Parts: sequence; structure tokens; C-alpha cells
Amino acid sequence: MSNGNMNLTLKVWRQSSNTAAGKMENYQLGGVSPDMSFLEMIDMLNDQIIRKGEDAIAFDHDCREGICGMCSMFINGEAHGPNRGVTTCQLHMRSFKDGDTIYIEPWRAEGFPVVKDLMVDRAAFDRIIQSGGFVSVNTSGRTMDANAIPIPKDDADKAFDAATCIGCGACVATCPNSSAMLFVSAKVSQFALLPQGHPERKERVLNMVKQMDEEGFGNCSNIGACEVQCPKNISIENIARMNREYLSASVKPEN
Amino acid sequence: MKLDGKIPEGPLDQKWNKYKNSVRLVNPSNKRNIEVIVVGTGLAGSSAAASLAEMGYKVKAFCFQDSPRRAHSIAAQGGINAAKNYMNDGDSTYRLFYDTIKGGDYRSREANVHRLAEVSASIIDQCVAQGVPFARDYGGLLDNRSFGGTQVSRTFYAKGQTGQQLLLGAYSALSRQIGKGSVKLYNRHEMMDLVVVDGKARGIIARNMITGEIESHSGHAVVLCTGGYGNVFFLSTNAMGSNVAAAWRAHRKGAAFANACFTQIHPTCIPVSGDHQSKLTLMSESLRNDGRIWVPLHKEDAEAIRAKKLKPTDLPEERRDYYLERRYPAFGNLVPRDVASRAAKERCDAGFGVNATGEAVYLDFASAFMRYGKTAATVQGVHNATEDQIRELGRKVVAGKYGNLFQMYEQIVAENPYQTPMMIYPAVHYTMGGLWVDYELMTTVTGCYACGEANFSDHGANRLGASALMQGLADGYFVLPYTIGNYLADEISTGAISTKTPEFIEAEKAVRERLEGLFKTTGTETVDTYHKKLGKIIWDYCGMARSKEGLEFAISEIRKIREEFYKNVKVPGGMTGVNTELEKATRVADFIELGELMCLDALDRDESCGGHFREEFQTEEGEALRVDDKYSYVAAWEFTGDPSAPKLNKEDLIYENIKVQQRSYK
Ligand SMILES: Cc1cc2nc3c(=O)[nH]c(=O)nc-3n(C[C@H](O)[C@H](O)[C@H](O)COP(=O)(O)OP(=O)(O)OC[C@H]3O[C@@H](n4cnc5c(N)ncnc54)[C@H](O)[C@@H]3O)c2cc1C
Ligand code: SF4
Ligand code: FES
Repeated sequence: MSNGNMNLTLKVWRQSSNTAAGKMENYQLGGVSPDMSFLEMIDMLNDQIIRKGEDAIAFDHDCREGICGMCSMFINGEAHGPNRGVTTCQLHMRSFKDGDTIYIEPWRAEGFPVVKDLMVDRAAFDRIIQSGGFVSVNTSGRTMDANAIPIPKDDADKAFDAATCIGCGACVATCPNSSAMLFVSAKVSQFALLPQGHPERKERVLNMVKQMDEEGFGNCSNIGACEVQCPKNISIENIARMNREYLSASVKPEN
Repeated sequence: MKLDGKIPEGPLDQKWNKYKNSVRLVNPSNKRNIEVIVVGTGLAGSSAAASLAEMGYKVKAFCFQDSPRRAHSIAAQGGINAAKNYMNDGDSTYRLFYDTIKGGDYRSREANVHRLAEVSASIIDQCVAQGVPFARDYGGLLDNRSFGGTQVSRTFYAKGQTGQQLLLGAYSALSRQIGKGSVKLYNRHEMMDLVVVDGKARGIIARNMITGEIESHSGHAVVLCTGGYGNVFFLSTNAMGSNVAAAWRAHRKGAAFANACFTQIHPTCIPVSGDHQSKLTLMSESLRNDGRIWVPLHKEDAEAIRAKKLKPTDLPEERRDYYLERRYPAFGNLVPRDVASRAAKERCDAGFGVNATGEAVYLDFASAFMRYGKTAATVQGVHNATEDQIRELGRKVVAGKYGNLFQMYEQIVAENPYQTPMMIYPAVHYTMGGLWVDYELMTTVTGCYACGEANFSDHGANRLGASALMQGLADGYFVLPYTIGNYLADEISTGAISTKTPEFIEAEKAVRERLEGLFKTTGTETVDTYHKKLGKIIWDYCGMARSKEGLEFAISEIRKIREEFYKNVKVPGGMTGVNTELEKATRVADFIELGELMCLDALDRDESCGGHFREEFQTEEGEALRVDDKYSYVAAWEFTGDPSAPKLNKEDLIYENIKVQQRSYK
């Protein structure tokens, strides 16, 4: 089972550092098994590269089960590759054929500068969360009982769905405007749907949108590609909800 | 080395309160002048860093991922325990305490475990206040499920993504403090060494993983929340980057490493499919609430299934062996992990395995589909529903509970678990062993603390499901913030700590030389080759079953691997810039040393307990046989300069409140 027989031509973006120029390199890889994950295929390629004494392809990955949001490859022109609802690490080689040529590139967006090869810097997402993606509650151990406020199951479920965003950035990489609206709206929605998020809902949306703009992400023009390519199926309804939150926060500013 | 657990006097259920009431405090204006380094941003690290910053300390937080939100805790699936007794099924702080001690096979400290049970309820309150979207019932209240080793439902969850939701909660608290400037974040930084000055932990040496620079960072205390060491086995359910380096480097600087051989092999993981595999995937224990585990009753059927001549769905009930239900009628499929794993191994070793390699058993949801389907049909008023309709309704209910796990399974195995039973096999999952800490979570290096999976503290020889998340957040939110004050109260007049002292300069130099040394070989083998070799030895001889002979063999093999590694490993690139192979190489070098310690520890312990199963010590029924009069201690190993000759120190475990018994789940 392990020794496969697929032969592939891989065209991989190589860029030694943020300031260096990059280009696509060609690699041939044989013996690929359809049971391998896409990243295991890259491991195999790296093994071949290292044995030749060359520098391994740098790429981000950690959990390899679709939850940490670290992996981030643009495969044949699609964020996380051809399948829907999965991350790069969950993509398996059975989705490709013997003899295929596969193009592998990093996320490309102003907000996500390339660090090396396929690795990009997504700290902008962290800074957006730092600007307001939280509930201001200290850890005293003296908050109210967890069941003191019942939350309708439907709201809790919707908040959960929004909260499953893994912060991978595929939405940005996919959007022709490099907009981060799907990511930001998922966080805004999670808190807008829960009573715990209400006291700060106005500043939250205003601050997060402001930070998003400062990071150089583009505007949303309702193309909807982000939702299609999002590995966690985050719904574009969240963007509509964020727009409503934003509008009501801007119309009636506090004080 | 003197081991002082610093367990407070007084009755068990008053120790923590008394401690909190008498512990020294640091006043707010002094806190501003005190810096704390927190390494790791998983549940333990994020919660600790956020809490310390809220209290007023200056905090520096480190992680090797690009964002603190990506720490390995994010992958936890099934749930988090808390003694809330919302289900009114007889749960209590005492029961959670008791279950944890018993589950750990009487190898953990009473006082620590009781404190954990006491603070557990506050964790849920805290998380809900932060906006963590736990699962709720139709009345809008929090829902619970059951995990192994207990007879109550005390596990809070968020579908199969509990760790994600809890970590995002802690990450948001941390982000709030970063936004305020109270925490400075160093992402993509890897701790390479602990710096000890005049016997106190005063900082760390870290490698900037983007530039390659070796940096010194100082603080008045260092808190290690760097996770577990399951990746020593190469194949495990841990994230690829999880490693022991931080803990190991602290060990080399004087921190005792406790119970290294207590590792947890989780019974329900997707079986290994081939050599290309880079990691294993867990199928959450929560699935054992609804899935039934079985293998064919007859060997011919197992052989036919392996040869793909027979489908599991075609095998009638009377030709199936639900071996956990048979052996352990009281707990059935919900026995603790060590027991379930060994039982699966036993059946597979006896020739009843169901996949091509013979190392897999079934986890079957067929009866759950029907059970849930019937209820759903009744609730929805579907009269005279056909069996197919009921099954379909049931599948929807199961999808609502575990949808993402079923999807994950299908992605990897390319089989639809709604149609055919899942195949599962035990895999390395968690490490109970870790840095020895006292009641205050301080290691044997003054001023160096360890929280979360990185310490050895609460789970004895076997951890119960859904208790790691609980411990990580308990340590970070509710324990360390108190206990660290007791030490920092003496630091208020220390002033800023310079990194220009000989200790820092020396430590930096040593790190640089260690890394440069890895490029000096004219070697030809990749880092992974050695990691895989090491992993296989440890899995075969220090995994689910161990023996004196096997362990001695493993130790000699690991020594050979260590020697060969330094002669023949090939690390491409150089010191500057991103170098992922260099990162792996230093981690594997430390795993090799740890691997030897695990085997030495397992060899010392002439008994079976929890996850540590020595073949020589078992009951007639094949259950673990403890030897309490000799081994009721924590094995705290001290580094002597030679990784092959660590010194054993013992902390005796004293049970004043619980009667130590042979564990039984029958
Ligand atoms: C697949 C899976 C599912 C699980 N499900 C559950 C569950 O349902 N319930 C449960 O209770 N437990 C579960 N567990 C166990 C639980 O997730 C972990 O024990 C727990 O999350 C560990 O948290 P932590 O904060 O101690 O460490 P981690 O989350 O592992 O975090 C370690 C941190 O340390 C950092 N770090 C490590 N080394 C260095 C270094 N040298 N320099 C800088 N930074 C470093 C990392 O960047 C990271 O931020 C599961 C585990 C796995 C593998
Ligand atoms: S919204 Fe989807 S694509 Fe965007 S960061 Fe979140 S998970 Fe990734
Ligand atoms: S590696 Fe974690 S989501 Fe892909």
C-alpha cells in the first residue's frame, strides 16, 4: 500500500527570503502513493531534495488534521487545492492522477508577505484579533455560573459554526481583492450571537474593521469566492451580519 | 537532590483554600517591575500569560508556531471535564478527584488532584464568560457527555472541536493583553536553553526562526508550558512540531524529569496505513459513548475480512466479539484508555485484527444509528418508519454530534464510516510524565515552573479522557497565578535582569556551538530517518507492553542511534534564515536522550501500572499488577552530565484520603 506508483511533475515557488526574488522550480517525483496526504508528498519531495544537498522547501504545517490553520498552499490556482471543505493537510494524493503536473504556490496577498518559499506571515490576523476579537473578562474565577444565562441552542450552534474558523487565510488568498472580511466577520459574528459578547459589540466591530483596513486587506465586493474556498465552510452570511453590526455601530456611536 | 512537594498541611479539602489565604502577595506597583517569561501558548501557556498580565506582571510569551492560536491544544477534540454536576447524576468534587486518582492507577499526588477537581467548575464559568460556544441542549443550558473511566457525565464539549474553542478563548484573552501592551509576543521563536543565574531561572535562549538569530531573553521567572513529548515515537497523534526540547533543556539545567515512562496510548486512532505516514489521527474518545468496539469471534472470519472476502456489515451479531463489553461489563466500551488499548492489542496479537496489517479493530455505530433514529422518529412524529428511514434519521443525529470526526476519517481512509464501521487501533497520544513540580508547580530549578502537559503532576500512570484540557486551564488560569506570587514576592527589589552577564553569554555560545555542530558532519542521512528509527524502537519496546529484556535491548539500540546521529546526520542550509531541517534536528537530538530515559525509567519500575505495562507483572486475567509496597513513588530523574546515567530520586506517594485498591472496571 505504501509504495505508490504515481509520477508527478511539481512546479514549486522557491523564494529564499522575504526580500529575495522568487521563481517556480521544476521537480519530478515518482513513487507517490494515492494514500499519501499532500504534505506527505511534499515530505517525500523534501527527502529527495535534502539527499541532493539542497535546501528543503519551507512550508507551514503542524497538526496535519485540518484544525491548526497552519498549512497554506495554493495548489493549481486554488487555496488548499481542488477539494472543498478541506485544508491542504487533509488533501490526499488520490485526488490527483499519475502524470499530473501540479503548481504549488504560497498565499499571495499584501497582508501576507512571503517569509520563505511557501511560508507566509499571517501576523496581521493576530493583530486584528488583538484589536477587539475578545470579551473583556479577567480570570478571577468569580464570574457567574456558566448556566446562569441560557443561550438558545440555535444561537449557540451558529456562534459555534462561526467560531470554527481556523485562521488559515485561504479566504484572503482566494479573494481577487485580498479581502479579510470572511475571517473578521466570523469572529464578529461569534460574539454578536452570544450574550457575553454584547457589552462590547460596537467597539469590537469598529476596532476590528479599522485594524483590518490598516493591514492592507482589500474591500469586499460580494464575489463569494472566499466561502467556496474556505476549508471550514464559514458562511458568507457572517459578512452580512458584520455589515449590519458595523452599520448600527457607526450610526449610533457611543456617547 | 531534595524533593519537597510543599504540600500544605490540613485536611485535603481545605489545603488549597488555606494556601490561597496565606500565600504571599505582590502589590500592584511592584508587579509592574517584574517580568515573567512564559514559553508556550497552548491552553496552559495562553491562560497563564493572560492571567499574569491581567494581574499586572510584564509578560513575554513564546511559541514556535506563526500564531499562538495554533498551539497543539487546538487539536483536542472530545471535551473537558468539570465537576459541575449539571446532569444531577451524583457527580461531585470528591468523585472527580477519586476517579482521577483511580484512573491514574494510584500514582499521583492526592493534594494536587484534589485542587484540580476543586477549580474545575470555575474553568467552565470562565470559558463561558469569554464566549466559548460549548454545546447546549434545547433548553439553552450546557450539555455534557461521558468519557472513559467514569460513571457520570461531566464532560463539556464543543462538537469534536473542544480544544479549538477553549484555545481560541484563551488566545483571545492573551490577545487582549498583547493589544494592551502587557504581553509581548515572540512567535516563531524556539526556546533552545534555560538560563540559570545563582541557582535561579533568569531567562531563556531562543532562536528566531525567521532570521536564525540566537537571542537572550531575561525574566524574574520562567514558566514552561511547552506540551508533551509523544512525538518521541515519531508516529503519534501530536502535531508535527510538538517536542520535548524546552523541558529537556531545563532538565539538563537541573530540573528533575519525572515518570518518563508513563505515556498514554490512545485506543481509538486511525490505524497506520503505510511507511509514508507522518502522523496518526485520533478519533475522539467521545465516540466510545456511541460506538461499540468489536472484532470477529472466529479467526476464519477475521482472515476472510482481511482478505476482503467478507464485509464487516455482513457478519451476523453472534459471530462478533464485543470484547470490552464481554470483559468489563460495568464500564463496557468506556473503560480507561490503557485498559482499552491493551485489550485491542491482545485481540490483534491473537489474530483477530481486521485490516491488511492485522492491527485494527472495529468501532461500530450501527446500533447508535438505530437507537437515535428511533427517538428522532418518535420526536418528529414519523409513524411506521422503515428501518432505513430510522437509520437515516439516526445518522443525522450522529453527524450532529461527531460530524467533523466522521469527515476526517473519510478523508484519510477513503471509506464512509456512516456505511461501514470505522477501523481503529491504539496510537501514542499523551505523556503523563514530564518535569517534576511541587504543589506550587515549581520545578527543581528555583523560579522555573512547568504547567500543562509539560509537567508530571496530576494524572499518575494514566490520564482520564478530557482531563488534560482541564489541567492545562486549571494550571494557567487558577493555580500558577497564585503560586508564582509566593516566589516573586522575594523579587520585588531585584530590578531588571541583564542579559549581558556571563551566564547568558555562555548559554548563547553553547547553543550556537550545538547548532553549528550539526552542520559539521559529512553525513548522508536525513533527520527523519533517525527519528523514525528511534520511534520504532520505543514503540516496540517501551510502548503498550514492556519487558526487562526488551528495555535493555532498546537502551543499547538508542545509544547506537545517538552515536550514529551525530556522525551521519545531514542538515542542509545554514544558521541564518528559516531552516526547518535544523529545527527538526535539534528536537530529534533531544528526543534521543529522552528516549533512553524513558526506557531506564520503565526498567526501574518492576511493576505494571496504568499505561506502563511490564509483561512480567500481570494478573492471571492479564490486568496490570501494581507493586505498591515498592513502587508507590514518583521517579524524579536528575541529569548528571551523562544522558545514560541519570540519578533516580524518589518522592513517596502518601494516600491519606483514598484507600489504595487494585483497579477494577468489571
Ligand atoms: C489529537 C488530540 C486530541 C486531544 N483531545 C483531548 C480532549 O478531548 N480532552 C483533553 O482533555 N485532552 C485532549 N488531548 C490532550 C490535550 O490536547 C493536551 O494535553 C493539551 O492540549 C496540552 O496543552 P499544553 O498547553 O500543555 O501544551 P500545547 O498545547 O502542546 O502547547 C505547547 C506550546 O509550547 C510551545 N513550545 C513548545 N516547545 C517550545 C520551544 N522549545 N520554544 C518555544 N515554544 C515552544 C508551542 O509553540 C505551543 O505553543 C488531545 C490531544 C491530542 C493529540
Ligand atoms: S474564514 Fe475560512 S478561509 Fe478564512 S481564515 Fe477562516 S477558515 Fe480560513
Ligand atoms: S497542518 Fe494544521 S490545518 Fe493543516
